[in-house]
Amino acid sequence: MIPQNFDYAAPSTIEEALELLADPEAKALAGGMSLIPLMKLRLAAPGRLVDLRRIAGLREIRQDDGALRIGALVTHSEIESSPLVRSRCPLLAETASHIGDLQVRNAGTIGGSIAHNDPAADYPAALFALEAKVKVAGKGTERTLPLEELVVDAMVTALEPGELITEVIVPVEAASTGTSYQKMRQPASGFAIVGVAARLEKSNGRIGSVRVGVTGLGPSGFRARRVEELLDGTAGSDGEIREAAAVVAEGVEANADLHASADYRRHLAQVFTVRAIRAALARAS
Amino acid sequence: MATTVTKTEPIVGKGVRRKEDPRLITGTATYVDDIEMPGMRYAAILRSPHAAAKILRIETSAAAAHPGVVAVFTGDDTRDVGPVPCAASLPGLRAPEHKVLATDRVYYVGHPVAVVVAADRYVAQDALDLIEVEYEPQPAVADPEKALEPGAPAVHPEWPDNRAFTYQHEGGDAAKAFAEADVVVKQRIVSQRLIPTAMETRGVVAAWDAGMRTLTLHSSTQIPHLMRSLVAAMVGMPENRLRVVTPEVGGGFGSKLNVYAEEALLAWISMRIGKPVKWIESRRENYQATIHGRGHVDYYELAARKDGTILGLKAKIIQDCGAYHQLLTPAIPTLSLLMAPGIYRFRNVSAEIIGVFTNCVPTDAYRGAGRPEATHCIERMVDLLAAELKMDPAEIRLKNFPGPDEFPFETGTGLSYDSGDYAAPLKKAMEIAGYEGLREEQRRARNEGRFLGIGISTYGEICALGPSSALPAGGWESATVRVEPSGKVTVATGTSPHGQGEETSFAQIVADELGVDLDDVEVIHGDTGIVQYGIGTFGSRTLAVGGTAIHYACQDLKTKIKQWGAMLLESDDVRFEGGACVCNKTGKSVPLAEIAAAAYRALKLPPGAEPGLVATRFWEPSNFTFPFGAHIAVTEVDPETGQVEIKRYVAVDDCGRIINPLLVAGQIHGGVAQGLGQALYEEAVYDENGQLVTGELMDYAVPKATMVPHIESSHTETPSPVNPLGVKGVGEAGTIGCSPAVVNSVVDALSPLGVKHIDMPLTPEKLWRLIAKGGQA
Amino acid sequence: MKTEISVTINGEAHTHEVEPRLLLIHYLRDVVGLKGPHIGCETSICGACTVAVNGKAVKACTMFAVQADGAEILTVEGLAENGKLHPLQEAFWNEHALQCGFCTPGMLMTAKELLQRNPNPTEEEIRHGLEGNLCRCTGYQHIVSAVKAAAARMGG
Repeated sequence: MIPQNFDYAAPSTIEEALELLADPEAKALAGGMSLIPLMKLRLAAPGRLVDLRRIAGLREIRQDDGALRIGALVTHSEIESSPLVRSRCPLLAETASHIGDLQVRNAGTIGGSIAHNDPAADYPAALFALEAKVKVAGKGTERTLPLEELVVDAMVTALEPGELITEVIVPVEAASTGTSYQKMRQPASGFAIVGVAARLEKSNGRIGSVRVGVTGLGPSGFRARRVEELLDGTAGSDGEIREAAAVVAEGVEANADLHASADYRRHLAQVFTVRAIRAALARAS
Repeated sequence: MATTVTKTEPIVGKGVRRKEDPRLITGTATYVDDIEMPGMRYAAILRSPHAAAKILRIETSAAAAHPGVVAVFTGDDTRDVGPVPCAASLPGLRAPEHKVLATDRVYYVGHPVAVVVAADRYVAQDALDLIEVEYEPQPAVADPEKALEPGAPAVHPEWPDNRAFTYQHEGGDAAKAFAEADVVVKQRIVSQRLIPTAMETRGVVAAWDAGMRTLTLHSSTQIPHLMRSLVAAMVGMPENRLRVVTPEVGGGFGSKLNVYAEEALLAWISMRIGKPVKWIESRRENYQATIHGRGHVDYYELAARKDGTILGLKAKIIQDCGAYHQLLTPAIPTLSLLMAPGIYRFRNVSAEIIGVFTNCVPTDAYRGAGRPEATHCIERMVDLLAAELKMDPAEIRLKNFPGPDEFPFETGTGLSYDSGDYAAPLKKAMEIAGYEGLREEQRRARNEGRFLGIGISTYGEICALGPSSALPAGGWESATVRVEPSGKVTVATGTSPHGQGEETSFAQIVADELGVDLDDVEVIHGDTGIVQYGIGTFGSRTLAVGGTAIHYACQDLKTKIKQWGAMLLESDDVRFEGGACVCNKTGKSVPLAEIAAAAYRALKLPPGAEPGLVATRFWEPSNFTFPFGAHIAVTEVDPETGQVEIKRYVAVDDCGRIINPLLVAGQIHGGVAQGLGQALYEEAVYDENGQLVTGELMDYAVPKATMVPHIESSHTETPSPVNPLGVKGVGEAGTIGCSPAVVNSVVDALSPLGVKHIDMPLTPEKLWRLIAKGGQA
Repeated sequence: MKTEISVTINGEAHTHEVEPRLLLIHYLRDVVGLKGPHIGCETSICGACTVAVNGKAVKACTMFAVQADGAEILTVEGLAENGKLHPLQEAFWNEHALQCGFCTPGMLMTAKELLQRNPNPTEEEIRHGLEGNLCRCTGYQHIVSAVKAAAARMGG
């Protein structure tokens, strides 16, 4: 299986890249883990690929103002193994370790994954739970928006034509925060049938600052606010966790495919919400 | 002339590392896509996107005009090529004419419609997009039971009932057995369609030599000689001008035990354009157009006394054939029928096979070929019977095995089981697993509300295929063993190993027979230009039939060696031992290398002897061999998600005498992984329109390293009397034994809910639904 | 329009003009002539095409050759040094960790990175690390043994 022909450019600055991406036929190429298989099956045929790999500055992870700023071209394996991410935002590192397989994690990038917005991708669960923000550059523009505003629908984002994700911003977590990502893998592809990320704090025996992110269930990842509300301030008993998790799929149009029906996905979302919260609670101090 | 003889230690029975591996671990082996030839062109095939459609028009001019394109061919051009052969014959078999390219209709998604030949594979792919085909879609049917319903779309309009064949067998008196039974259990059991998924897809390189008027066909196949005969017929050339070469083959599992349209098509193209041409199947094509396996819906009834004695079996086997018969399609379910009674003593069998056409790619042999289906059914039925009678599944099996003194054991399906001690592997597996302790653990788990299951399967196989009367193209095998002038040994086998490791196990046999080092034996295979005619590698036959031919060739050779040795030692009383001829009177000896040198130099010949040291044997087996074994799977089902965890997997297999334990372990592990794939993960899914939903590895779950458990493997060794090596075969054992063990285990786990049967694959959602509904399907 | 790329493969420098759409696996196999890495699928699942690009195992069927411009590439052909097999190659041979051998070149390359990251992996870690490499022959058990044996030999 062979892609159709295209023009290729590998600019060394963001400005050049944005200039090239102004062409409506052009598409940005990061790790290629989503785009190249589609091109090989001839389900995608961009006229030009703008390879971002030479652009300096998109590969860094730095800590700044209580946040981690992760360049769009940072790979899943770099996130998984980065001492900074592992200590300051372990949920993201844990989630990265669940993506695809070793080789896919070596090539795939966080920016590429977010821009592709596959409903079964792992990152959205963690990024929603972390209230991540995304920095987006366009020709002569730059904006930072919450992930919630970026994702629109399955494989659709609010990126304007010619815009590029340059950075993902996640908060530095206190060591006392408990986090966990729990997923059921689609056995063939390794994608999430359903994945749930939870982060929470515990003080005086009460749960606080709960954030739950869900992927795989609906057309896009989302934050399960109702679950958070129900859980906030509780002691985190098994009954309370189950009761909160029971509403995770409310109002979500659940996906259905060969691997899981909508009913089953809704059920799994509850199960994995319980498991993620329990695991996060066990890790919180 | 040396006077001492070094008696080397026998190498048969030792787990020596493989002779094949150095080329494979260094990336220097040559698979078919690795072949390059000057002037080679590349073919790409346009395939039908419809399961059933009339072809109204094909427009190829834009593709033909595309820069770099050499030629475009359609079914109109290839009317004289083929048909694609089916070698199996059954009374009343309906065999649709199977052309290499579709002409007026397409019958399944992936049906080849046109071929582009171009300067490189990228251009060929581009040009495919430029071919316009106007189809008129027709109603399609993908489900074999729906295809049998009145009014179902006719796959082949000339046969509106979609019946490809029916076949019946009566053994003993099943009606009487059922009339006398205290209990009858009945179950519909599905053995789903599977995609073999050899890691190397198929591929062909055809090279016409206009000067020599010969064609060389490199193909990733399990049967080079049969392919030569059949492709020669398909393209209308004399067989002795066609040479089939099997390079390194990246797995077959039955999917390359075939002759496909592409082999003849590429041969024809190469002759037509006068250039070498290569076609390498993509994975998508492999899923759409290479045979699938299984595809059974079976209705079983088992009759028994209330003490658990099984009296008889009734079986209706519905085989989804797909749209055509490939090489052995109709023969596969006949193996199921033969194996239907499993390894139990009862002889009353009434069985029927209904072969059904569907708008799907044909089914054919996939690892186990008919025997996994049969074993799965009988092993499920025995568990159902045990549950009905509230007996332990081990106890009921032990009660129904024929004893070791009852062999050869004549079955109700006309087989004669060669040798066996069926209780031995079961008892050994129970001991390894700690069966009693597991049952205790299960009681505790159930009290905690956990779903812990213990599943047993005791299986038999029909292996070493087989006597020629049982195979459409002959079931013998050939071997030539030559001692070269230097004393090095070359073995040419008619089998065609492709991963099983017979370059090593055959060399072990020869090294022991001729007293030479393993490194001094080279085994060649898979080239009809240099190997005498042979049958190939399938049906767990390579060692048991091909190895036996080698064994006998070695005996012939030893007779010759002794003639030469006697001459050189000037004695009429010599023995051949440890790689030398020894005079029994004087103790003087002459090593093989010196004998070989003398035999080729031929200055003097022993009385009646010819120069050279070569022996060729074509060996015809008198019977199949019948390996057997017992597998125990311990599983736990997650009540919340329905996911199955394999907690223990014990496999005790009896494949007769073991030549190389390392290779046997590898076959068992790999076989179990494929059986487990069927039990838990794999299914070729066609939707109601005949679209293949599992069209890529993204959706068809071949087990990964994390999905396969550690296998605790052990053996009993009951030699086969059928061949002098005492070997039975092991290539399919793991697959046959595994799926019923796993399914029995999961059914056992969920039995507190009243679950009696679950069809494969046991997906988490299927199990979750059962649990959620309290066991009601 | 062709693009010039320069890469170092198994220590040797190569420069070629390639179509941007040329996949790295086809570049290695058909242009450079290294037939060790194989093609087993087109969806980045099977891992038969795995090679190391700048020290990282990647699937060469899901990368364009132009993306590797300037990179150091290691394929299975470069694993042995001075005719001496890599400990993983020895271990795969000793433990019978391959049958048809088609997945082996990719399996070896992934296992190499696995041991670089984790010199003393558990069975579970080995199985997780090899998830991106399908083998249809061995059931993985001997592959796991081989990786363990190589780890022990490499002093993990």
